[in-house]
Amino acid sequence: MPTLKDFFRSKPKYVTVHPIGKQEKREIPDGLWVKCEECGNLLFNKELERNMMVCPKCGYHYRVSARFRIAGICDEGTFQEFADDLVTADPLGFPAYPEKIRAAQEKTGLPEAVICGTCEIEGFPVVLAVMDFSFIGGSMGSVVGEKVTLAIEKALEEKKPLIIVSTSGGARMQEGILSLMQMAKTSAAIGKLNEAGGLYISVLANPCTAGVMASFASLGDIIIAEPKALVAFAGPRVIEQTVREKLPPGSHRAEFLMEHGLIDLIVDRRDLKETLAKLLRFHAPAQVGGGKADA
Amino acid sequence: MPNGNLDFERPLVELESRIEELRRFTKEKGIDLSAEIATLEKKAAELQKEIYDNLTPGQRVRLARHPKRPLALDIIKLVFEEFTELHGDRLYRDDQAIVGGLAFLEGIPVTIIAEQRGRDTKENIARNFGMPYPEGYRKALRLMKQAEKFGRPVITFIDTPGAFPGLEAEERGQAEAIAVNLMHMSRLQVPIVVVVLGEGGSGGALAIGVGDRILMLENAQYSVISPEGCAAILWHDASFANEAAAALKITAKDLMELGVIDEIVPEPLGGAHRDATQTAANIKEAVLRNLQDLLKIDVKTLLEQRYAKFRKMGVFYRRKSADAESEG
Repeated sequence: MPTLKDFFRSKPKYVTVHPIGKQEKREIPDGLWVKCEECGNLLFNKELERNMMVCPKCGYHYRVSARFRIAGICDEGTFQEFADDLVTADPLGFPAYPEKIRAAQEKTGLPEAVICGTCEIEGFPVVLAVMDFSFIGGSMGSVVGEKVTLAIEKALEEKKPLIIVSTSGGARMQEGILSLMQMAKTSAAIGKLNEAGGLYISVLANPCTAGVMASFASLGDIIIAEPKALVAFAGPRVIEQTVREKLPPGSHRAEFLMEHGLIDLIVDRRDLKETLAKLLRFHAPAQVGGGKADA
Repeated sequence: MPNGNLDFERPLVELESRIEELRRFTKEKGIDLSAEIATLEKKAAELQKEIYDNLTPGQRVRLARHPKRPLALDIIKLVFEEFTELHGDRLYRDDQAIVGGLAFLEGIPVTIIAEQRGRDTKENIARNFGMPYPEGYRKALRLMKQAEKFGRPVITFIDTPGAFPGLEAEERGQAEAIAVNLMHMSRLQVPIVVVVLGEGGSGGALAIGVGDRILMLENAQYSVISPEGCAAILWHDASFANEAAAALKITAKDLMELGVIDEIVPEPLGGAHRDATQTAANIKEAVLRNLQDLLKIDVKTLLEQRYAKFRKMGVFYRRKSADAESEG
């Protein structure tokens, strides 16, 4: 799949990824070979990238950037970004916040923690918003809330299905109460979309917690999670610290949520585009004669 | 904290007890000390004003969590008539961290939703220290939908450290319960007045906090994260909570300036705990006035205004103009 790199020429050669394990900050070394964090097998770096950063041996999903996800979901050349001119302010004058933003921008090459655009998925036009965890933990401040709301409103206006890939540690502390209010703002917009009969597919990537999970990410007509993604209101660390509850293994993973009836599907990243296309087909206007024949 | 008094209250409490002593002395011994008492009373009034006009955000946090601060049910009983509690989410359990029910406000039937802490340890255990489980939020939504069906306005009272973070809460979908409330409250076809009474703890507060008018008691707080939690993340030390409280901008005055709330409800000098009746009277006046305004608006306009209210929250720039998109 050489198209991935061609599509984003400005991308560095290697994608920075974060494994799911206990030491969440580890990155794959820029070598030819990497050892899978999960199964320990030796993998060819290029092969891992070709495999959408999923270990071909054990199916372990590495953390990937928003750009990487977009390239994997959209039909080539169809993604058109909007609302990329919104810039973070420092409304509270919070200690060291502007520096933190600058550092995140330098590290990720992104202006903020979400990218919004229109695109096609196997020919279906959709509005797509994708969050990036490497930008201050994918936290939601005013800009993220505004961009997500704009995406929802665009889906509403243009009568297109909405897909949001969420990965976030929650609301952004540095914007205080204004971050909290983004939960209300985005959820209100989903409420409008709902009333208008718009389709919203929420995709939960690892990790997706707190303020984002307790707002738009939980409001999909269909909710999909990546395998083993950490999905929660309060993460395991928060629970262990505040309630001192001992947690069973896997208590906050996608499979646990599935078992408890909180999500619809768990989909391997390599199958995500196909699954989204299938779901979009179910919601396309019915055609006389039963529509497109499915093999 | 002896006798439940905060350290910055102590000089005042001491002065007041001295006045009390002099009064007793006058009565018992028949010596006229009225001049001395008057002097001390004047001093006490000055001291009180000086203390409470200059509270730091950290001190206000402690007033908001004052052990004697009136709780939701105390206020409800003083503001409304014939409060009748309705229980349960019809799905799992009756969560006592949230109370709900019917009442009259000057003859207007209303639905009340409130986060309720306990006054003592036993009650706090029953009410989970005011930290709702998902079933609490689902009870709230059930009662709000009921209110919508019968065209009753909804009045909510916020006072929680936050939604309960625990394994069972996760199993039953805490995040989903909050998100669904935010969505439905934003579209509920009856007026909603929200009152922040004490502590507005993040998503757990917001889950009953989407409305047409957001009122906040003078010494209440409302924050995305507790000052302790923020300090632990920022300075790796929860003892910097006072600094965090200032940085997070969580006081009623801050929130008014940020455009998040509509009105500050004054507390009696010294804080709500010094006069619950007066506090309730102030709340009643503000809620009734706002409700009467809202009842004049047709539903379509009401929902448009509610949407616009939250839609404009947030502060950011546009790259080209570099002007702050002013919000609030």
